[in-house]
Amino acid sequence: MKTYLPIIGLEIHVELRTKSKMFCGCPADHFGKEPNTQTCPVCLGLPGALPVPNQQAIIWTLMIGQAFNATLNLESKFDRKHYFYPDLPKGYQISQYDEPLCSGGVVTLPEGVISLTRIHLEEDTGKLQHTTLNGQPVSLVDFNRSGVPLVEIVSEPQIHSAATAKTYAQTIRQIIHFLGVSDCDMEKGSMRLEANISLMSINPGSKPQTDPGFIRLPQYKVEVKNINSFRFLEKAINAEIQRQTAILDRGQLPRQETRGFTEVTGTTKSQRSKEAAKDYRYFPEPDIPPLKFTPSQFKTLIPQLPLMPQAYLDLFIKTYDLRPDYAQTLTASPKLAAKSLAAFILAQKQGLDPAALANLMINQKAITVKLSPSALVNLLQSKIKTSQPQSKTTTLMPLVREVLKQNPDLVTKYHQGKVSVIGALIGAVKKLSPSPVDPQTVQQLLTQALAQK
Amino acid sequence: MLLDQSIHQISTLLRQKNLSSVELVTEAYQTIKEINPQINAFITLVEQNLALKQARNVDQNRVKFTSPLAGIPYLLKDSYVTQSLRTTAASAVLQNFIPPYSATVYHRLEDSGAILIGKMNMDAWGHGGSTENTDFKPTKNPYELSRVAGGSSGGPAAALACRLAAFAIGEDTGGSIRNPAAWTNTTGLKVTYGRVSRYGCIAYASSFDTVGPMAKTAADCALVLKAIAGQDPYDATSAVQPVPDYYQKLTQSLKGKTIGIPTDLYGDGLDEPIKTAILKQKKVFQALGLKLVELKMPLLRYGLAVYYLIGLSETSSNLARYDGLRFGQDRHFFTTETMRRIMIGTYALSAGYYDAYYRQAQKGRTLLIREYDQAFTHCDVLLMPVNPISPPKFGELIADPLTNIMADIYTVTQNPVGLPSLAVPCGFTPNQLPIGLQLVGQLFAEDLLLAIGHQYQQVTTWHLQKPQLL
Repeated sequence: MKTYLPIIGLEIHVELRTKSKMFCGCPADHFGKEPNTQTCPVCLGLPGALPVPNQQAIIWTLMIGQAFNATLNLESKFDRKHYFYPDLPKGYQISQYDEPLCSGGVVTLPEGVISLTRIHLEEDTGKLQHTTLNGQPVSLVDFNRSGVPLVEIVSEPQIHSAATAKTYAQTIRQIIHFLGVSDCDMEKGSMRLEANISLMSINPGSKPQTDPGFIRLPQYKVEVKNINSFRFLEKAINAEIQRQTAILDRGQLPRQETRGFTEVTGTTKSQRSKEAAKDYRYFPEPDIPPLKFTPSQFKTLIPQLPLMPQAYLDLFIKTYDLRPDYAQTLTASPKLAAKSLAAFILAQKQGLDPAALANLMINQKAITVKLSPSALVNLLQSKIKTSQPQSKTTTLMPLVREVLKQNPDLVTKYHQGKVSVIGALIGAVKKLSPSPVDPQTVQQLLTQALAQK
Repeated sequence: MLLDQSIHQISTLLRQKNLSSVELVTEAYQTIKEINPQINAFITLVEQNLALKQARNVDQNRVKFTSPLAGIPYLLKDSYVTQSLRTTAASAVLQNFIPPYSATVYHRLEDSGAILIGKMNMDAWGHGGSTENTDFKPTKNPYELSRVAGGSSGGPAAALACRLAAFAIGEDTGGSIRNPAAWTNTTGLKVTYGRVSRYGCIAYASSFDTVGPMAKTAADCALVLKAIAGQDPYDATSAVQPVPDYYQKLTQSLKGKTIGIPTDLYGDGLDEPIKTAILKQKKVFQALGLKLVELKMPLLRYGLAVYYLIGLSETSSNLARYDGLRFGQDRHFFTTETMRRIMIGTYALSAGYYDAYYRQAQKGRTLLIREYDQAFTHCDVLLMPVNPISPPKFGELIADPLTNIMADIYTVTQNPVGLPSLAVPCGFTPNQLPIGLQLVGQLFAEDLLLAIGHQYQQVTTWHLQKPQLL
């Protein structure tokens, strides 16, 4: 039997949270607004209307490029991408074809480094609503979203598993979230994922050559759309790997096509084949002069990047001695990370241990959210004054070990990937303990103990 | 007729209260009633009551309006959107289209107190040079009703020749202002690309389209240009260059300025009477203090190919929005000529053909830019014919798409370069059909073109002649 190396590239769309749309003055915040209340001649594509690019959106795209170490291009331009669809009022989308704002770039993951092809800026389309009106099935168009700035981040086909694809997408989301330029909310559609997947045959026994310079890409590529969460991204890719493996095993070549992911079945379904591939007839947008920058303009235009998640992690772990998993938890959002850092700085000034403060913040999440950095430090101080010589951890850990010993079947299941059994284990510890316990603490101790097994 | 006078004269009379805007507007509507049925220059006539109401407002608040255009009736080519007033671009696709907003050029004229009285006939979407490609019946040439008025701004040109208003706003993509001006004995200015905002101008070819004045004289054009030129936050391609006082600069000294005559444009294909009439003007220009120099511009012969490939590529894109889903009628209502242009443009942009056509044409465009740059090292302005032929009879041009295209040969090379050009009357054929010449200038040299045109019109009388219809 042959084995295959998945070749995966991701295209990620992110809506920018600028005040106004990409090419007109309408508000860009469209979520939940009364349909067609945020429109004008420009975003409705009325005769005679002209696009004027949003400077903030351009700067933010450059900022994203800088965060991923991309090359910011001194010359760039907008192009028209033509296709007919009811949600595209002009019959073309203003996008960027061969001269994007940013080229290259890298995303660093625990699994390795993924290169970016490009980062470009375009306009979002309107939204179709298929519904019933007076008993008749109808399709309605809401143009509130039409013209909202949309950044597309394209990776090289250097991802080789669904899990890495998921980590990659999550990392992109986290970084853009930290930049503060997009909500990156998948449910609201402000972040959208598309995956290009194909499989490369590998001779059994030989070490897969994954250096991009040496990979000869497969002769086909399947694009999967309609992926609405990171979990579905993983599912869709795995489903596609399975489907393509079966075809290749039969000695056939999968069709080059676009497929849509169906959540209910967890499978992908063909939408458009190569024969029906579109010719977008790209050409330079004549209504917008080409963009030209000097390196010094980049310096003055682009604000200094805020601290990125990795920088926070480094600080938390190396400077403040936090446990890596705690450091991760406290960098979940830019708000929390900034608050934690401020609190640690304050704690250190007052001679307190930032790691102890981190423990407190993690154990009492509900409070952490509400309190200011200085209030958190005060809380820690008061706890120290009243604290017992023995910490909870040392009293609970023996109980945890006892429970694990008593439930070998649950432990096995946990290690097989059924992590939900942890609930039952927490319950067992509760029963065993003479005094009430904090389930969150117990869960952490259990996870810790299980990891050592 | 009141409207025989220049805008400056009329404006002075209005200011001195020796004339009212109401009288002026009333005369315009009276002439329109008599003449328009013969020439069909209008697509939509503004209701007289509405125009008179505006006229009364200007008359009563005279001091508030400082512009010389205040109270003066004017026309818009029907390619400019006007809020609540039907705008068709002469296409059945937009037969009943009532725009929810107005073009910048309309707003600027409204601010100056000018009074819009009509939306004028044209070749649909600007596609043509004879105003025959219209869904609202062709406009007739007032000098001979069996002949075309030119195009695509044929409606405004014919109307001005008949004094139906004081001035008009045309739109020039490849000669659309200059061609009908020359064939109707009127004056028209194609401005530098970006000089006047295109916001609200229904696009033909976005990188060529220019918004410019049409009038009886260069001096009138100068007053109108001053009112409409300048940067517009709604048009990213509008120029930041300051707007000079074109009217004051009309009398600037022309001493030491040189007119270049590209001799290769006066060869085959140019009708003899037109050639003779234009070259006769050399003496007039010399008398004005201008020097003359002959030169060659061989690359201009690629102008038609460059113009039609890029222009039609852009038009195929610009017209994609007319799908009849949200406004207007569906695309079956495009004329054959427009469908042909959409198809040629779509073809030129298609995968596999882009490099051979669109990209080559853009290279050709660069060559045209260099050719003009080179010419302007020898002279300040270029003297060129506008049309190779006199206005043809109806059907002659439209029956033969290739001849139709050839008629644009002298006016399509300026738009890809962005240069300004002024068309002024310079004679008549033996059949009493008007002849025009064009003066092509460097980028943003409108002031010089208008000054030469004005001083030329001070010593010639061609522009004062009127069709016998009147």
